[in-house]
Amino acid sequence: MKGLPVLSLLLWVCALYFVGIYLFVGGFLLVRLEVNRTSTCGDVLQPAGEEPADFCRAQPRFRRAVLLIIDALKIDFARFDPNNTAPRPFENKLPVLEESVSVRPSHSRLYPFRADPPTTTMQRIKGFTTGSLPTFVDVGNNFASSAILEDNLIHQFGQVGKRVVFMGDDTWESLFPKRFHRSLPFPSFNVKDLHTVDDGILQHLYATMVGDDWDVLVAHFLGVDHCGHRFGPDHPAMADKLTQMDGVIRSVMARLQNDTLLVVMGDHGMTDSGDHGGESQKETDAAIFLYSPSPLFPAPPSQSEPDVVPQTDLVPTLALLLGVPIPYSSVGQVLLPLFPSHRQTEGAAGGLSQLEALWINAKQVNRFLETYSGMAKDIPADSLTRLKSEFSRLSSEYLAAVRGGGPASPQLAARLQAYLTSVRDTCRATWARFSPGKMAAGLAVLALACLLCLTLSELSLVLIRGDGPGLRGPAAAALSAGGCGLGLLVPPLLVLLLRCASLLSDSYVIAEGRAVTFLLLSLALYVPVHLNWDGLLMPPGHDPLKAAGLLPSAALSPSAVRRESGTLLACLGLLVGSLYLSLAFHGCREEQGSCQPSHFLSPLSRLQDNQLKNLHYVLSVCSLGSWTYLLRRCLRHYGNLNSSGGAVFAARWLLPLLCVCLVLHWAVSATPEDSFRNLSELISLAQRALPRAAYCLLGLGLLLVWVDPLTVFVKTRTAATVRGPSLPPPRYRASTGISPQAELHHLIPQIYQRMRLSLDDSELRGGGEAGSRPAVEAYGLGTVYSAPLLLLCGLLGVGLLLLHPEGMALSFLLLLLETGALLHIHASSTALSGLHGTPAGGFNVPWTPVVLWSLAASQFFHATGHLPTFTSIQWTAAFVGFPDGHTGTALPATLVALNTFASHILFAVGCPLLLFWPLVREVGGSRGGGRACGEEGEDAVMEMRLRENPQQFASALLQLSARYLFVEGTQVFASACAAALLRRHLMVWKVFAPKLMFEASGFLASSVSLLLGVTLVLRVDVAVSRWFKMLVPDASR
Amino acid sequence: MWDHEIRAMASTHAIIAASVFMATVVPAVLVPGFSVYGSHLLWLYSVSGAVTAVSVAVFWLLGITAPAKKHTLGYKLSRLFRSCVYFFLSCLFFHTVVVLYGAPLIESALETFSLAVLLTSLTTLRCLCVLGPSVQAWIRVFSRHGAMSVWDTCLQITVACTAFGAWLGAFPIPLDWDRPWQVWPVSCSLGAMIGFLTGLVGAPAWIHYHRKQLTYKCK
Repeated sequence: MKGLPVLSLLLWVCALYFVGIYLFVGGFLLVRLEVNRTSTCGDVLQPAGEEPADFCRAQPRFRRAVLLIIDALKIDFARFDPNNTAPRPFENKLPVLEESVSVRPSHSRLYPFRADPPTTTMQRIKGFTTGSLPTFVDVGNNFASSAILEDNLIHQFGQVGKRVVFMGDDTWESLFPKRFHRSLPFPSFNVKDLHTVDDGILQHLYATMVGDDWDVLVAHFLGVDHCGHRFGPDHPAMADKLTQMDGVIRSVMARLQNDTLLVVMGDHGMTDSGDHGGESQKETDAAIFLYSPSPLFPAPPSQSEPDVVPQTDLVPTLALLLGVPIPYSSVGQVLLPLFPSHRQTEGAAGGLSQLEALWINAKQVNRFLETYSGMAKDIPADSLTRLKSEFSRLSSEYLAAVRGGGPASPQLAARLQAYLTSVRDTCRATWARFSPGKMAAGLAVLALACLLCLTLSELSLVLIRGDGPGLRGPAAAALSAGGCGLGLLVPPLLVLLLRCASLLSDSYVIAEGRAVTFLLLSLALYVPVHLNWDGLLMPPGHDPLKAAGLLPSAALSPSAVRRESGTLLACLGLLVGSLYLSLAFHGCREEQGSCQPSHFLSPLSRLQDNQLKNLHYVLSVCSLGSWTYLLRRCLRHYGNLNSSGGAVFAARWLLPLLCVCLVLHWAVSATPEDSFRNLSELISLAQRALPRAAYCLLGLGLLLVWVDPLTVFVKTRTAATVRGPSLPPPRYRASTGISPQAELHHLIPQIYQRMRLSLDDSELRGGGEAGSRPAVEAYGLGTVYSAPLLLLCGLLGVGLLLLHPEGMALSFLLLLLETGALLHIHASSTALSGLHGTPAGGFNVPWTPVVLWSLAASQFFHATGHLPTFTSIQWTAAFVGFPDGHTGTALPATLVALNTFASHILFAVGCPLLLFWPLVREVGGSRGGGRACGEEGEDAVMEMRLRENPQQFASALLQLSARYLFVEGTQVFASACAAALLRRHLMVWKVFAPKLMFEASGFLASSVSLLLGVTLVLRVDVAVSRWFKMLVPDASR
Repeated sequence: MWDHEIRAMASTHAIIAASVFMATVVPAVLVPGFSVYGSHLLWLYSVSGAVTAVSVAVFWLLGITAPAKKHTLGYKLSRLFRSCVYFFLSCLFFHTVVVLYGAPLIESALETFSLAVLLTSLTTLRCLCVLGPSVQAWIRVFSRHGAMSVWDTCLQITVACTAFGAWLGAFPIPLDWDRPWQVWPVSCSLGAMIGFLTGLVGAPAWIHYHRKQLTYKCK
């Protein structure tokens, strides 16, 4: 078979897709331009003429500040409700805040603190130190955060000589390398570790506070966030953690001096499941608590208190309170309640009045806006001119008021505030900047790639023949191009069109899991309906009148038809059943209001009810067992477990061993941490060793399948006769002038014949029965191509299951069942429509099964608990086998990617099975037919048909792959179109952009796995050729 | 002969369509607060009942029903009984299919079942009327060469239209438009009904325009 052309064509198409995706994404996800200027003390921010610059020299209101950042401190955690008699684990655990607010209202206040999405820790740290708005593309940097180059608070503190001491989350260290006076970073990556960071901080915090070696102290606690990730907020561990934090805040407050400001804040909130990253209110609303032993708030709480404090507002407020310039690119506005409404007498520790603070703030924002609009043209010109004119009006009014000396009108402050708010809103609206040229180019390349795939799939035979007569090529091309236009209207492609159209609507993307299931079910039901419409589903016999000329000559006997349609319908039932059951494994998006995420999604260690835990465990083990059993059963059925090759070894021993590892790993990771204290060493060892052993086994298995993929067993007794000179009546030997090629044509059918007998035999095997039958030679030759592929899928499936929560084993079992059902439906419908084996049909795989296959891949993406949102990424996968975290970023990223795109990978690797299965199933059909109407020897050659027609094999493989790539590629194209068309849509960052990213990465995973599967098939082909050469040494093929 | 049959079909369909219309208008007049969306189930039942009654009556009067093999009373009764059983089974079948398509299993089981009843009265009932209670005959009709009379072709068209309409009706459900007709099962039953009416209009027209191509073998 011509492997290289197939592979190179596919590679070329994939490369084209990748280029298209790269171009589009490059144009779609642009980063906001960073302004690399910094504010200095010399900036003339004060009204001209009043004071000669440099306000750093003025006495600041606070000399020192303590920033306690409690990661994921949601506002709900911070509130205290004395009437709540039965608080949940996360409620009423921080009474210190409420006590202080009610007892000393002028010293402290608590506000909701609203973060800007994305609510991931690194973006938040960036946000509340620079005061700018994060952009979408930053999300990807969470694994390797790099230093902040923009002007920020830490830099400004350093400029005026304040000593910043930092302790806690080591993300800060990578964001601000060498900026701290002293730094005590602790590893943050291990989400399962609730205590290392917090305990590390507490060891040093109080000692540092008492000393005089600091001006600004930043302590970032991670325990609450990790507790949320691990157990969710509604768990006793959260209560413990929050109570601990309560104690910390109390101790810190007790040690504060009068010139020190305390800020306790969360960087983001968390959802009910303890995750964050999105933009739902639960994730964005953290808490901020301000306190100082000296009076902090000049006025008592009043109507004008802000309901919510945006996170960017912390930057100018802290800067002005501590007497440093506001960072250059901040777009926040000062928190007014902290400033007195009128300037105090000069003696009272130099505070700025509200109006002055606002003025400085507005001037800084205006300066930033001017600089930014000079660098980039993305802020709409009309809003820019509006903002500028508003500022010049405000500035002249303010200056007039200052010069006049009289009290400025209260409206001025309100208008300054309004100005700052509108700048912020304008910036937020525009910092999703697109480059239409690149986007259009990307779309064009993607469309071209899709068209190319379509052409490739239609012209595959011509392309593979290539060197054939020049006339036939164009003729066939013209023919298939004509067919192409008509072919686009067939139902499977209509379903694909619907699927693509559904990607253009946010509602359908939100309900994608169900929408895909709906389409999959519809297309699956279409198969028997269509067959029935063609009169192929029922045996034609019962109505003799119409049997005559109307139907295509019946290729199958009535009983065979009946059996095939029975299989078809049974498999359809199985498919439908597993589809319905798989709906129970879906996760929930935040937009789906009343949705409950599947119980199987939470890891066993989170379950508190022991009985339920055991039940879940047993269920998972059972499904894993069935997965293995079914696979081995299938391989054994076709006689692929007899030889002693590498692949068979993998199937016989490695696969079960892998499962044992997995089962033990689940058991170990499900044990509650404190139940076996004396065994904790052993448990942690097992947590590390078991998954790693599984990885090794998996690697070994894959290697073996690759190195020795043949699963054919040649009985030694008869193999000797094959190789030896005494071959039974060698007809071809008589004609010596014949070419080796032709020789092989005679020999191969004989081997097939024996192989078929062996298959018959393996069914009836028992005792000495084999002896009574003709000599048996090759077991499993009929499934020589599909067996290694099946084995590869099985091994990969178990390996990917390792990265999922335990409950997903059930879902994986459903996946296997559904795959089997799809393959059988395809095989039966092929057999029923009698297409196969006819020269016209070749081995072509029609569109319907390919579209079904691809839909099933998307469906199981959802049914394994994944969603196209960043919040739903199962980060825990990165810790399987590495409970202590990683040093690099490549390995965890790979693990998480494997977890996320498990179903894409499995289905893409298994895609060539669609080509083999009708051939594999053929043996059953012909045997049944054989009993009814006499033996037909050539019928049972199964996959050896492919070897007989290497050109058709290659073209069918190319066609199948091209079709799969087309189906997957059009979905990428559609979601790219959605992102491009709806780029100003309300939901673009919430729905369409993540969908595009997931679709594109899913395509990447799919195409790579597809190439892997195809390569394996080609590898098997090479091995089979070698095997034949061994049988017939003088034949070269 | 063609014209005669097509005319009969057109008038039958007109009567059925009129019954649907009446089943919508009459309760609106008689029942206070009746609306297709608001009291959807009531509308469903009234339409299903009307279509059932009128179809049975019209087809019986026209005598299109598959000829009975025997004319004894017992045979007729058993046929009737089997028809009722098939009707009920078909309701269950549609219910299952709709649930598998994603309808809630328990929450709105009554709504789902009502939709199943509507679908049955629009499709299965017609099969019962035209072909009698024989699943094999039903399966046979829905193949390319399975139609043996104009009525069979008509049956193919109306049933396909109804099913397609109900299928299309599910599409607007996930959209966030908050319209009253997006509530389960309003859009599906409306879709089915619109499809059915389209089929009623379309079938005679299609047959009329394709009467040259249509050839039937004798029954």
